[in-house]
This record gives sequence, structure tokens and C-alpha cells, in this order.
Amino acid sequence: MRFSLKSPAAVLILCLLGGCSGAQSALDPGGPQAQHLARLFWIFTGVCTVVWVAVMLVLLASLVRRTPARPDPLRLDARSERRSLAVVGGAVFATLLTIIALTALSYLSQRQLFARERPAVTIKVTGQQWWWDVRYESDAPDRTVTTANEIYIPVGRPVTVKLAATDLIHSFWVPSLFGKQDLIPGQDNEIQFTASRPGVYRGQCAEFCGWQHAHMGLVVVALPANEFQNWLTAQAAPAAEPEDAERKRGAEIFAAKACIMCHTVRGTSAGSRVGPDLTHFGSRKTIASATLPMSRGNIAAWIVDPQGIKPGVNMPNVSIASNELDPLVSYLAGLR
Amino acid sequence: MTAVESTAQEDLRDTHLDDAELHARLTRTWRTGASLLARLSSVDHKVIGRRYIITALLFLCLGGLSAMVMRIQLAQPEAKLLGPDVYNQLFTMHGTTMMFLFAVPVMEAFGVYLVPLMVGTRNIAFPRLNAFSYWIYLFGGIFLWVSFVLKIGPDAGWFAYVPLSGPEYSPGKRVDVWAQMITFTEVSALAVSVEIIVTVFKQRAPGMTLDRIPLFVWSMLVTSFLILFAMPAVMVASTMLILDRLVGTHFFNVAEGGDSLLWQHLFWFFGHPEVYIIFIPATGMVSSIIAAFARRPVFGHLPLILALIAVGFLSFGLWVHHMFVTGLPQLGASFFTASSMLIAVPNGIQIFCWLATVWDGRPIYKTPLLFVLGFIAIFVIGGLSGVMVASVPIDAQVHDTYFVVAHFHYVLIGGAVFPLLGAVYFWFPKITGRMMNEKLGRWNFWLAFIGFNIAFFPMHILGLQGMPRRVYTYLPEMGWGPLNLLSTAGAIVLFASFVVLLVNVLLSAARGAPAGDNPWDAGTLEWATTSPPAPYNFPRIPFVTHREPLWDNRESLPVVTGLSVDAREVLAGTVTESFPQLRESSPQPSIWPLLAAISVAAAFLVSIFTPWAVVWGSIPVAITLTGWFWPKGTPEDEE
Repeated sequence: MRFSLKSPAAVLILCLLGGCSGAQSALDPGGPQAQHLARLFWIFTGVCTVVWVAVMLVLLASLVRRTPARPDPLRLDARSERRSLAVVGGAVFATLLTIIALTALSYLSQRQLFARERPAVTIKVTGQQWWWDVRYESDAPDRTVTTANEIYIPVGRPVTVKLAATDLIHSFWVPSLFGKQDLIPGQDNEIQFTASRPGVYRGQCAEFCGWQHAHMGLVVVALPANEFQNWLTAQAAPAAEPEDAERKRGAEIFAAKACIMCHTVRGTSAGSRVGPDLTHFGSRKTIASATLPMSRGNIAAWIVDPQGIKPGVNMPNVSIASNELDPLVSYLAGLR
Repeated sequence: MTAVESTAQEDLRDTHLDDAELHARLTRTWRTGASLLARLSSVDHKVIGRRYIITALLFLCLGGLSAMVMRIQLAQPEAKLLGPDVYNQLFTMHGTTMMFLFAVPVMEAFGVYLVPLMVGTRNIAFPRLNAFSYWIYLFGGIFLWVSFVLKIGPDAGWFAYVPLSGPEYSPGKRVDVWAQMITFTEVSALAVSVEIIVTVFKQRAPGMTLDRIPLFVWSMLVTSFLILFAMPAVMVASTMLILDRLVGTHFFNVAEGGDSLLWQHLFWFFGHPEVYIIFIPATGMVSSIIAAFARRPVFGHLPLILALIAVGFLSFGLWVHHMFVTGLPQLGASFFTASSMLIAVPNGIQIFCWLATVWDGRPIYKTPLLFVLGFIAIFVIGGLSGVMVASVPIDAQVHDTYFVVAHFHYVLIGGAVFPLLGAVYFWFPKITGRMMNEKLGRWNFWLAFIGFNIAFFPMHILGLQGMPRRVYTYLPEMGWGPLNLLSTAGAIVLFASFVVLLVNVLLSAARGAPAGDNPWDAGTLEWATTSPPAPYNFPRIPFVTHREPLWDNRESLPVVTGLSVDAREVLAGTVTESFPQLRESSPQPSIWPLLAAISVAAAFLVSIFTPWAVVWGSIPVAITLTGWFWPKGTPEDEE
């Protein structure tokens, strides 16, 4: 018993010492909702730990306790039976009270968590195999921004995320900001959360959605309000004209190859909505749904062998001549 | 039974025969022959129960091996051992095998073997249906695993959510294999439920009033009713899925007015009771083992029975907690929080009653009891993390993460597999006539207990660190590597414990010490007969005077007589008092159940390729069923 309890205990201590932070931890909250969820989690964990320890103590006590041998198993002591009944009855009653208290606590925090404010930003996220289409809604058409796999939000302001799916069920989950919510074809779901400090929060699809479910990540970037507005303005603009010869050639390759069949680069002839919008691709922090960090090398790797990096992904291996790769990468990296 | 005395000479009864003569004649009447045909025709519940148990344990082995391969893949980030295709098949095969081909069947298997012995009858009710159910189960399992070997293993998860499992996103035959395998196991499980319910209600030994039914038998009875009401939901769902895929209906097609959440409601309306279909028989095993090794009847017999029934009812009111993040109305969801948490009360009653039993008893530390003590330590953790996931807000974070993987393995391995392993050690002497090795048993227990906790406890933390379920790999920068490696190390230890079990079973079956009738000095009726039991179970039907008949009648068990020794007869009684009413004839061995199972399996199998199989396949099914039910001209039941 002693040895076996050691390792979970060690792990638990490891966790308490900071192992619970990490790239996308639910116990490393970045906003009031996640904070609230983490607090509720620790309260439940505390109560449950007390209950488990109590049960184990009673079990151990009943094992080490000296009882006389039982030649006749049917001879029971009426007094000790009555005492057991009283203790068991009391324990059941205590269980019932605990359950009622936890249910009430759960319901109250549920109401608080799902309370709605007027949002500062409304973002529509559409899940697809295996990336996230992100649209900032606005009454002015020229302020409607489309991007992919990265969500920028203003710090300290409530953000509403509308969740939709076109193919199958996905689940939107950024643990440090809020619990998950499913994206379901034919149904509109919505969550609201706030980030209380600037930073980058990683998230991931949480509902099994086929081959690349494991690599369907996303990034939420919280910026101070003015920086967020600058970002939004920059994103609303169409792609800048290529400034040098190499990027011009890259743009021609992009338009001549299969790239243009699926992607949009606003301000050019590329306008397909099958794959992610690439208008400001170079400004993103990651490639391939938060699978690779943004770098020239990774862009090249992704173009040359998407099926090697994410087997089954809908982006095909397109044949690119070796002298075409550099201009294409320059063009894409320059879409800032 | 006065009329009995006046019947003709050839109607020989067990009343006046001496023991040797009785044994010889009853054996001739009830035995399973040695030829292959005779073996395939057997309708003896012990023969079929043994086959069921061994088959289910073989599927446990396959399910465990698939888990080991997955654990090795996940031991480090971005490992290249498996790609998403094979990994998705493996976790689907693991879940499907463990739930449908191991956990439910193995519990039914123990029920098939033990319930008739525990209630003191000669065979299970509807013995041919019992044979049929085993063959259907076997064919369903083989069908699934052969498909996997042929690289058409299902890959949409054991829950097969639409639209992923629908015709558009799962072309090919993979999901059809899964859905049709469900049909096989449904048929088999429903058949066993009916047999057990009727056996318990009608075939109990005289004197075994409702109040004297052993707790294991109660648990099998409640489970059978759960199967009866839960299985139709998944039957409807999987049939609709097959229809969507095969003939183009649109039950789940959103574009044509279908609904993708309908699948989840139907699946979990079955899926949650399913957990209790597995867990409730395990509680019966725990009660049997605790009574024998704490040397006293289980404390709180009546509260335990009421708790079982309460769990059974409540289990149908929880399914929505699998869908808390699908965007349900908040108030509606919170009702399911309340009902999910409420089930902790009857489960608490059970734990407290067992603790009170151990407290007052004088525990004897044999392997079966070790597994039960391990069960309490692990299952309580699983139950408590269940209280956590029942909360809508907490579930929003941990749903579909490794926290939930940890939770349900604590519940299912802790709550069902540990008691089951205890049950293997406990009843192995009865089934084989030989004791299992105690030293290997202790190794088995400690490896399992330590390995299990190292394998699964870290998963709680991984889930909170954001690791979702059903991912074939993860990025190095997520920081999940060390805990996954630890978990894999634990899984290897857990796996080793099953190797020890296998060695122990094989060694003990060949060379174990002879067990005798009642090696543990337990109190219930299965220990009254020889080990292994004779084909007719009991030379004369026992008369039950107490919940623990063998403790109440130390010298010799009172018996009733009057059953024929030359024809297969069982005693049928009233439901509540078990007052004898009929000498019911029990069917002879027959090859027809096997032939019927073959024709049904063929119809099921071909129907995933063409709907016409339903039409043409019904002809051999009709022929074999006609053969099965052809009147034999044997005398009917007598008052």
C-alpha cells in the first residue's frame, strides 16, 4: 500500500509545484471565467480528497482492528449491528448533504459563468477538418475580417465567440480562458469570455473529428485595446502588392499552381473559400492550425509535404519545382 | 405432488435412489457427450458459461494489447510508431472490444455459469437460447477482429458520433462493421438477460424467497433488466446509422432535416446504463467475496438490494451528462448534474455497507479479498471524480480530455475489472476443481494495483493540462511528454499483472491443489455441489432455509425430491415465495442453435453489403428456427 500510493502522490506534488501550468492548462487561468472554473475545480477536489481519505482511514482501521475469530459466521452481535446501522445511516446522510451542497455550488457557478454581457467583439468561428475559419463580424462590410486559426482579442473586454461547423462536430477549447463548447452542423452555439492579461493562449479541438484531430490547434492572442484595434485595421486591409521581383514571381506561382483553387488572398484573383484565408498569412504566429511555428523553413516544409506533416490533411502535395519554392515562400511570408 | 407416486415404472424419480445410482442416472440424462457434434450441441449452462468466460477473457487480451500499442505510441511526443489511420482504428477497437466484447459479456458469462448454481436449479431457463446467444456473440467478435486484420477495422470511435460515422465522412465498410457488430452483441445480451430473469424468477430452489436470493443473483437480475431497457436505444440508433449508410435514409443528415445530436441522445441513453450493466454485477461479486472472507453475511442486505435497484433506475436519467458541452439549455443541463450526483448516494450506501461488513468481520487475506480491497480504494476515486465531471462547469473543462479517460478507467477497471479478477480467483476452484496459486495471486494483485495507479492517475493531470482524448500524438512543446511516459510505464506493469494471471490460470488448471466442494467455507448454494459441478448441478434440489444456506445447515442441506432422473426436468416455482409449482421439462442438446446462429450471422454480415441479404438471408434463418422449435413429442410440464 505504501509504495503504490507514493507515485500518484509524487505526481500530485509535482502538479502542485507548477506542473499544472503549461501550454494550455485549465489550471493556469488567463481570465475571470477560467479563474472561476479553476477555483470550482479545486473546491471539488478538496471535498473529494477529504472523502477519499476518510474512506481509506475507515478501511484501514477495519483491517487492523482486532476482532475475535468467527467459527460461526452467522452469529452476529445485535449491539454492534445497531451501531453499524447508525454509522452507515449517518454516512449516507452526510453523503446526501455533500451532494446537495456540491450540486448547488455547481449550479450557482454555472449561472455566473454563462451570464452574458454586451460583447466588445463578436467572432464567428467555423470548424472544418482540420482548421478554424475565423470571422470578425461588423456592421460595416469593410471592417469584416476573415482569418484562420488565430483569434485576436482585446484584454479586459468580453468577447463573444459564435461557434458553427460545416462538416462534422468539433469542439472549441482554450482551457486558460474558458471551458469547451461543441461546434455542431446545423446548430448555433455561443460562448463569452474575457482575457484579463495580455498573452498568447493555446487551444485545441476537443471532439474527435478524424485523422488530424490531434493537430487541430488554435491560438488566442490577447492585446491591449488600442493594439487590438490596430491589428483589426491591418487585417481588414487587402494584401499589399508584392514589392520586389522575387515576391512578384511568388505571386505568379501562387496564382498558377493549385494554391489558388482553395485559398483566398484578398486584393488578388485568389478567392476560393475551401482552405484558410491567406491575406495576412505572414503575420500569423503558426502554420497548419498551430502545428508549426511560423518561419520560412516551416512554410517551405508545409508546402512541399503537407501529407507528411499532417497525414490525411485536405491540402494536397502540390508539385513545386525547386526554383519555385523560394519565391513562393517569400510571397507567403510577406503577406503581413 | 401426490399424483407423482402413481405414475408408471419408467418415470423414475430421485426420491428413492441411492447416491451412486442417482449420480449415474442423472449424469446419463444431463451430460454433454464427448463427440464434436455433441460438444457443439451442448446446452449445459456451465459448458456455455465456461466458453463465454474464456472467450471474453481472450477479447480482454486483444483489447489490452491494442491499449499497449497505443500507450507506446503516446509515450513520447510526435512518435512515428503509428499514423492516425491505425491509431484511430486501435482506439475504436479498444473501446468497442472492452465494452461490447469483454466487459458486458464477461459479466453475463459469470451470470450464466453461477446464477443457476446459486439459485439451486439444474440448468438455466431457455438453454438453447443460451447456446445461440454464445455463438452469436462469438461470431460478432470474430467478425470485428477479422475486419480489423483485413484493414477494414472501424475507426470512428466506440461511440461512432455522426456525422463522422455517416456515409459522407466514413466511406467504405468500416463503420458498417462496427454498427453490425453492435447488432450481434445486442442479440446476444438480450437473450442472456431474458434467460437470467426467468431463471431467477421461476427456477429458484424451494424456500428461496425473494429475501433469500444471494446478492450476486440480485445484481445479475437488476443488470438483466437494465440490458432489456437500455439495449433497444442503441439498437434503434445503430439500425438508423446502417440505414443512413446503406439505403440513404437521412436520420442524421442535417442537410436533409436529420439531426446529428439525435445520435448522441440515443447512444448515451444506452451508453450510460451500459456502465452500470458492467458495474452492478461487479458489486454482486464484491458482496460474495466480502461475505466469504470477512466471515459474516454482508451488512445491510436489504439496503444493498434497494441501492442496486435505485442505481438501475437512476442510470437511465444521467445520459445528458455526456453532452454538457453540446450547447444544451443551462437549466436543463443542471437537472442532469443533480441526477448524476444523486447516484453517488446509492453507490455510497454500497461502499458503506461493505466497510461495515469488513469492520465487524475478521478478514482473511486471500487474493480475492485483496482485489476487493483494491477495488474500494480505486473505485472510490473514480466515483469522486465522477462527482466532479457531473458538474456542468467542471465538465466544460475536463470533458473529452484525459481527465475523463482517467475517470472512467478508475470506474471501470477499479469498479469492474478488480472485482472480476477477485471473482476469477474466488470461483476458479468451483469451475475447475483446483485452487489457484496464492503466491502468484498476490503478485498479480500488487502488480495490477501499482501498475494501474501509475498508468491512470497521471492522466487526470494530463487532462487538466489540456490534453484531449483520441489524439494519435501531441506536440513536444505541450509539455505532456513526461507524464505520458510515466503512464506508459505503469501500463506495462499493469500488463505484466495480466501475464501473471494467465500463467497462474494455466498452471493452476493443470496442477493446482484439489479444491473440494467449498474451499472458502462460503455460504451460498454453488458451494454445496462438487467442484467442478456435475452436469446436473445438484443430485437433489436443495431446500433453502436461510440467505447463507451452507452456514445455516452445517451438517447436511435439506433437499426436495420428486424430479425425474431419466428426463431433463427442473423445478419451477412462484416468483416471490418460490413455492414449487411445476416439473418443467428442460430442453435436450441440439445443434440447431448453432445452425441458427450461423444463418443469422451470415444474414447480418452480408447485409452490410446489400439490403437484399435481409430478404434472402431470412430463408435460412427461418429454416433453422423451424428445426430448432420442431415439436419433439416429449411430455409437457406436469403439476
